[in-house]
Amino acid sequence: MASQLGSESLQALVLAALDIAKNATIHDTRQLALSPDGKTLAGDAPEDQLAVKGALDSLALKEMVVIKINTLEPHVLTAEGLSLSQTGSQEYQVWSALDKTTPTTIKDIEAKVGKDTAKIGQGKAMKNKWVGKQGDGFVRLVEDVKDETKEQLLEVQNTGVHATAAVLNDLKKRKLVEKKKLFYYSVTKGPEFSATLQKQEADLTVELLQSGAWEKASFKKYNFNAEGVAPDSGALHPLMKVREEFRNIFFEMGFSEMPTNRFVESGFWNFDSLFVPQQHPAREVQDTFYIKDPIESTGYPKDYYERVRKVHETGGFGSVGYKYPFSAPETSRLVLRTHTTAVSSAMLYEIANQPGGFKPAKLFSIDRVFRNEAVDATHLAEFHQVEGVIADYGLTLGDLIGFMEIFFAKMGITGLRFKPAYNPYTEPSLEIFSYHEGLKKWVEIGNSGMFRPEMLEPMGLPKDVRVHGWGLSLERPTMIRYGISNIRDLLGHKVPLAMIEKSAAVRF
Amino acid sequence: MPTITVDRKDFFERIGRDYTAKEFDELLFEYGLELDEDTTTDPDHPAGEPHQLKIEVPANRYDLLCTEGISRALKHYLNPNLGVPTYTLKPAPATAQIRPYFACAILRNVKFNKISYDSFIDLQDKLHQNLARKRTLVAVGTHDLDKIAPGEISYEALPPSQIKFAPLNKQQVYDANELMTLYKEDKHLSKYLHIIENSPVFPIIYSSERKVLSMPPIINSDGTKISVATQNIFIDVTATDETKLGFVMDVLVTMFSEYCSEPFTVEPVRVEYTDASPGGARTVITPNLAARPFLARTSYINSCTGLSLDRPAVIENLRKMGLDAFVPIPGQEFKALNESGLVIAEEDLIHILVPPTRPDILHECDIMEDAAVAYGFNNLKRTFPSTNTVAKPFPINKLGDVMRRQCSEAGWLEVLPLTLCSHDENFKFLNRKDPGDIAVVLANPKTIEYQIVRTSLLPGLLKTVRENRKHALPLRIFEVSDVVLKDPKAERQSRNVRRVAGIYCGRKAGFEISQGLVDRLMLALGVPNITNSKDKETGFYIKAVEDATYFPDRSAQIWYRPPAVAGAHVVFAPVASADESNAGAAAPSAATPAEPPSKLDSVKEAISSVLPSSASSRDILIGSVGILHPSVLKAYELDYPASSFEFDLEPFL
Repeated sequence: MASQLGSESLQALVLAALDIAKNATIHDTRQLALSPDGKTLAGDAPEDQLAVKGALDSLALKEMVVIKINTLEPHVLTAEGLSLSQTGSQEYQVWSALDKTTPTTIKDIEAKVGKDTAKIGQGKAMKNKWVGKQGDGFVRLVEDVKDETKEQLLEVQNTGVHATAAVLNDLKKRKLVEKKKLFYYSVTKGPEFSATLQKQEADLTVELLQSGAWEKASFKKYNFNAEGVAPDSGALHPLMKVREEFRNIFFEMGFSEMPTNRFVESGFWNFDSLFVPQQHPAREVQDTFYIKDPIESTGYPKDYYERVRKVHETGGFGSVGYKYPFSAPETSRLVLRTHTTAVSSAMLYEIANQPGGFKPAKLFSIDRVFRNEAVDATHLAEFHQVEGVIADYGLTLGDLIGFMEIFFAKMGITGLRFKPAYNPYTEPSLEIFSYHEGLKKWVEIGNSGMFRPEMLEPMGLPKDVRVHGWGLSLERPTMIRYGISNIRDLLGHKVPLAMIEKSAAVRF
Repeated sequence: MPTITVDRKDFFERIGRDYTAKEFDELLFEYGLELDEDTTTDPDHPAGEPHQLKIEVPANRYDLLCTEGISRALKHYLNPNLGVPTYTLKPAPATAQIRPYFACAILRNVKFNKISYDSFIDLQDKLHQNLARKRTLVAVGTHDLDKIAPGEISYEALPPSQIKFAPLNKQQVYDANELMTLYKEDKHLSKYLHIIENSPVFPIIYSSERKVLSMPPIINSDGTKISVATQNIFIDVTATDETKLGFVMDVLVTMFSEYCSEPFTVEPVRVEYTDASPGGARTVITPNLAARPFLARTSYINSCTGLSLDRPAVIENLRKMGLDAFVPIPGQEFKALNESGLVIAEEDLIHILVPPTRPDILHECDIMEDAAVAYGFNNLKRTFPSTNTVAKPFPINKLGDVMRRQCSEAGWLEVLPLTLCSHDENFKFLNRKDPGDIAVVLANPKTIEYQIVRTSLLPGLLKTVRENRKHALPLRIFEVSDVVLKDPKAERQSRNVRRVAGIYCGRKAGFEISQGLVDRLMLALGVPNITNSKDKETGFYIKAVEDATYFPDRSAQIWYRPPAVAGAHVVFAPVASADESNAGAAAPSAATPAEPPSKLDSVKEAISSVLPSSASSRDILIGSVGILHPSVLKAYELDYPASSFEFDLEPFL
């Protein structure tokens, strides 16, 4: 019943009841009178007591009352138990259905008392020697019986328990009785008790301020444990926040951004110009996305193409070359760039052939690349590559290593180690390792190297110009920064928007 | 990178001392190798099982694909005065007369044990997988020479029905067609069938008695099978690439000739090519095994590394790496392969004989690298390049970033969907027709998710909304990124176009909310709204045009009128939404699928629809805004209404 009343009415009822209660205590909220005549009580159903609890909690928060919860676990009759307590036990019903002399068949008993009752009752009545078998039926053996089961059920119904534990267990086993959980409250006056509910203000409003009512008004206690209201705000994607940090590092170090807005490349710029042989595994269809439409690239610089073809096929520029037949169709095939180095290559060619000739340059890019890889927790068909290039006269390997130290130190990564590695377009090639405190091991954080003379000299760069290059993925440091273990939770349409909304700002 | 597994005890016996896992890891790291695993550090390694080392080697070092090669390399690295092994060639009777690219060799009086035999078999497999590009370029067969009848061996190409033999580990004789069927089910061999499957003739090697030795690159015959007890080994190598044929043969025999009774002795075989060969009729002695002469300059090595070593120190470093480097011997003719016409001072020059195991050396820079590895990358003095340059952002990226910040300041959320999508997502789901000349189509995607490169940002945004159904509404998401359009005028036949697009999704579609962000972005670009004052010199306006992607009467084009000042802006062609507007213009009546008007038509129409001022001739259609059509929402499984916008940023550069 209580659940049908609003919280405010219930609060008022409680205060009024408490005001007149003996010893200033409501002992049992199940007995709380809801109607003026005192006939409608709050009730003992859990939903009723929950409604009472809502009202009591509000009052307790205002310190008007002090509440105490009491729990009970009485035994009550099940629906079947309730029915047997009225009709008598199954064995009693079977006994009642029989005659003293004329046998009644089991079919007739079933017809009189029902199939289930007949089955259980017949067995029990036989066991109690109330009835006996005669011919193909049953007869009464005794004229008078005492239906103990019914009496036991009535005792439980009245007292919530049975004096004999064994009986109680038996009734529970027969699913006639079950245990029920109930709760109710005892209520006493709190320090702020008042017989009536005074309206409390939630906030300082313009009306309270302008009328001056704020001086007399009572204000609700503020819940400082609750969170503030989230502002209605947009957000930048965390991968782009890390990109911005990288971009800033490059700008701080004097690097200009390369025009990487070109996803489609030719085999020529993506591989051949970088001195990647045409049979290199990276060029296989399971690693590179080839393009069906449009079909082929046209018009790369003819003289340069010839020099590239020759250095692959027969060597030159101090190289013996790869010595294989260079395929023109392979060079013209279009691909989705597998690395932004395709753009670096075109930029270096441009720098070599710009008006006034070569001038030292520092270049970088952060953009998307494509690999025809099976998608898993660490691989996507698309990801972002961070790449840097320095071109100048007389650069040394010591310069590259020293530069890497400063570059990574800007991200807080120090104590680098360099491992000799293989890359078709750089020699030497160096994998960059840093010690990971969490994993307690050296982890690879990037790749670097000096571009091969076979790649640079055919472009027309002077012999003593050396070019450093390095690269890393943007996703990996971002995943480490945000503790993301699956790349699909970072890039693509399956990314949860909540992750974007809640990701912290990045400061390297 | 290939990973080589070697027996730990055997390996450390070969290099002459024991190492802890940590020490060994350090040694390998400096050499450019990686210790993947030392089973002594694995608590789960079964007791009593021999311990193993798993070593990752670089993809270009074919000489490091077996225990023999790695241990030999490290032995030199640790003790450069050991001397470089040399290989003796002994003449043998000519045996072969064949077709392009074939090589063979004989290893006599070989003594294998279990470890070295397994290593021999494993090296063949590693070479097949790496250098031989899964047997497409090169295939190796090894045979028990004592089971081959003496006399000429022939390498032929015959129709498969004429080839009959019992293949390795089978007693039954099959013809080649039956073999191809048989191996279709074989997990290991089925990968190689495609190499010859469609050829009318299959390569086949016969002994003088017409007994089959191998059917390269698929399988050897059972009759000449080798075992750990085999003493004399005949190696056949067939190839489609002559250079790699030589590499494979040289690596195989130089590694395993160490088990011959007279170590490093190989019996060569003469191969006689006929006119039919790509190289013409000629006789070739295989294996070649010749060291390749290279030159290097002390000054070059120093200037590349930043070191200042003298010539003997450089030579010692090179010898450490197994290169036979020395001071030029006066009077000795030395024709270096990498002679580049440089004038080199006498005292600067170093002569190097590169062993046949090192085909990766192509240029003086490869020798420089070996010197740097020997010195130790981590021992080099760390300097900083003096290159002094002024930085500059790429303009379209800068513009894109300005737009991104504006969108997020306006309360929109940035998302990053993928660039690749299915054809349906890009066209059909948006009620658009593929005009055939805008989308770049992939040839070999692994799934239909990656059929084409998107020509609109909408599919990715719609998919993002779909995947975030549980997120509280309304959603406001945007993306600033590239689409790719075909462009026959460009060298790569296509070009990227930077766009901004957004979707609002809530209990109502909210045209005015999407439009509101467009207004806001234009405000940021300093472009006034001239929708109600179309005679202005510059600005943007929106114009109601039916478009099948959008709801009827809730669909508009966005037009931009750039300033008239010549050269103030580079004005791009009306790129962005030509395809969308075309498809849209065709849509109003589904019953009459009219040919979409050309790009030019829509421009003309635009011109005639506004004031006949000269200013309007500059107008560019840059995008669209509208309430997404319920059929579009259905195609993307969205239950709530949504509006969207998309426009090109390039005209605002």
